[in-house]
Amino acid sequence: MARIVAAMSGGVDSSVAAALLARDAAATGDEVIGVWMRLHPDGGEGYEQSRSCCSPDAHDDARRVAQLVGIPFFALNLERSFEERVIDAFADGYLAGATPNPCQACNQYIKFDELLRRGLAAYGADQVATGHYARVQQRDGSYRLLRAADANKDQTYFLWVLDQGQLARTRFPLGELTKPEVRGIATNLHLPTADKPESQEICFVPAGDYRDLLAERRGYLGEPGPIVDAGGEQIGTHTGYAHYTVGQRHGLGVALGEPVFVREVRPASNTVVVGRRDEIAARQFTVEGRRFVAGEPPAERFVASVRIRHRGAEAPCEVTLVGEDRLLVETSEPVWAPAPGQAAVLYYGEECLGGGRIARAT
Amino acid sequence: MSIYLDHAATTPMREEVLDAMLPYLTEHFGNASSPHAAGRRARQGLDEAREGIAAILGAKPREIVFTGGGSEADNLAIKGAAWAASARGRHIITSGVEHKAVLHACAIMERSGFAVTYLRVDRYGQVDPAQVEAAIGEHTSLVSIMYANNEVGTIQPIAEIGAICRRRGVLFHTDAIQAGGFLPLDVDNLGVDLLSLSAHKLYGPKGVGALFVRQGTALLPQMQGGAQERQRRAGTENVAGIVGFARALELAQGDPAARDAENARLAAIRDRLLAALRDLAGVETTGHPVQRLPHSASWLIEGMEGGDLVAALDLDGVEGSTGSACTSGSAEPSHVLLAMGIEPARAHGALRLTAGRGTTPDDADQAGQILRSAIERMRHPAAAPTRTVASA
Repeated sequence: MARIVAAMSGGVDSSVAAALLARDAAATGDEVIGVWMRLHPDGGEGYEQSRSCCSPDAHDDARRVAQLVGIPFFALNLERSFEERVIDAFADGYLAGATPNPCQACNQYIKFDELLRRGLAAYGADQVATGHYARVQQRDGSYRLLRAADANKDQTYFLWVLDQGQLARTRFPLGELTKPEVRGIATNLHLPTADKPESQEICFVPAGDYRDLLAERRGYLGEPGPIVDAGGEQIGTHTGYAHYTVGQRHGLGVALGEPVFVREVRPASNTVVVGRRDEIAARQFTVEGRRFVAGEPPAERFVASVRIRHRGAEAPCEVTLVGEDRLLVETSEPVWAPAPGQAAVLYYGEECLGGGRIARAT
Repeated sequence: MSIYLDHAATTPMREEVLDAMLPYLTEHFGNASSPHAAGRRARQGLDEAREGIAAILGAKPREIVFTGGGSEADNLAIKGAAWAASARGRHIITSGVEHKAVLHACAIMERSGFAVTYLRVDRYGQVDPAQVEAAIGEHTSLVSIMYANNEVGTIQPIAEIGAICRRRGVLFHTDAIQAGGFLPLDVDNLGVDLLSLSAHKLYGPKGVGALFVRQGTALLPQMQGGAQERQRRAGTENVAGIVGFARALELAQGDPAARDAENARLAAIRDRLLAALRDLAGVETTGHPVQRLPHSASWLIEGMEGGDLVAALDLDGVEGSTGSACTSGSAEPSHVLLAMGIEPARAHGALRLTAGRGTTPDDADQAGQILRSAIERMRHPAAAPTRTVASA
């Protein structure tokens, strides 16, 4: 018998996750508590223009779903942590010339840390459930993070940071379902979120353009600088290094007779290095801040496969531990544009082993 | 069953109130402005309700304007009186601990070119009448100070402020929405020109309020339309709601001795609640130690997010509040506590429990225990998984 905090975003996935837990609660004796996390301000009241317009709607949808599935519902304010651990970290990532990973930071510090801690303290809850597509399996006294049954929706790329203590308290009710099945359940239950479109963009960058955010939060307006090729020759001008991310193709305004992509961002010299398609693929890269779901690496050197972006292709690789917190990843085929700051997540078959953040090439 | 300790948010409607209302929701459905029999029957209910409420306020029936609730009454008072008196001047005096209905109405007036003085309060949330006097200038047209605070229960020295305003020839409004069920409402003793009330805070229906407007006080209507309420508030009267309101106010205030006895009973319950946490470290009560509403207990609990505590109590069978149902879920700490000089970090740990007619001393003791164990559990989450839950 568990007391479960169901994190409800107001989207279809977390709605169905909460509904499934609530449905099973009668049989399992579990108690389910719906919690909506207020992560950023909704822009104030009345006729003041709301800046992130989706937020009050999301709250209302989550509340309505909680009513329909018959669970208590609370709003939990996590604005302060979210601002510091996710939004500011996102801005600082770009200023450091990296490609930040806000969804993963939100999971690591907000959903599976502060929500879990405050849920435990306030609601006496033992577990937190989310609408992520992933699975947790307990075996031989340890918890394994497995890919979702629906390979298209698998979200382990954002969850590799979870440790044993967190996994022990985590439920993913959608792990065995496909997205169409989830929508079908939502429709059958007449949940108001059944037809909600997929959220693709970063929730605190509504238009998908983070340049305003850099200006607002860090005063970064961007200063024009050189775009150079691999040989160091200037072939164009950019609007500010932090506006570019490795692998980016659009907005460069240079032509070499074939497509060019951002290969490297150099904050110190405000330089953006570009290259042709074959120049920005890599067969090896270094990862820092390594973590393993099991707590320990499988071996000093091991075979795995690596994914360096959500829904990106997966490449077979050999992984070698380097020093205290690094990994050397060598892939059998070149991988496209490893971007410093992005997660490199390691798998072995169905299992997500852990990973780290891609380090700047030295 | 849960123990409901949020009577400052709203109260359950009394049976007698429902009984009084029902005929006006069914057979006496007429429009009070219609000349025919159905209309006349509704009109009679409306007239009698107005007389009943006026009697309790020591006012004339024509001085009562019914509204769609307390917030509307506050808005009508501030905007209506300030605009109508704007020839005299465009300066309003209020305090930092008012309800948002008053503060936001004042903010709108500021946008229209009015100057607003927000008086400071002491650490108990009380306004100093001398400061009201000092703030009144030649352009001051309106003073608005609440009778009793909704978050910390502090009662303001309304009669003293009223005397000052009268002497200085300035209009005086009081938001008596929280005080309505407990404190004397005689408008002459209080020296007020405008007084707001709400029915659902005193066991009446939601969506009904009233504004006392002293005869001779000019008011610019804020709702345009028909000639209802002597052209001060357009819209077909909510006859059933108004009848229920009058019955509820009569039950609460009709017999002052009975009212005072119930106040004493509630104060004993409140004191049991306060006693339950007295020896707990890092807990202090908020509001005035003596000049406070009899049913209201409020605290600051160190290291706690009030919203989390309210959720925890709810799951354990006690329904309370951080201080205001109107601002729950907001990230901002209470403006009332900030105005009382409490720093923002501490203000996050606010909790308010408000007793009512159905609350027994035993409820208070049980709620006190549940509250204690919730605080201890939240302070030491790993150590204390046990929960005390309301029984039966």
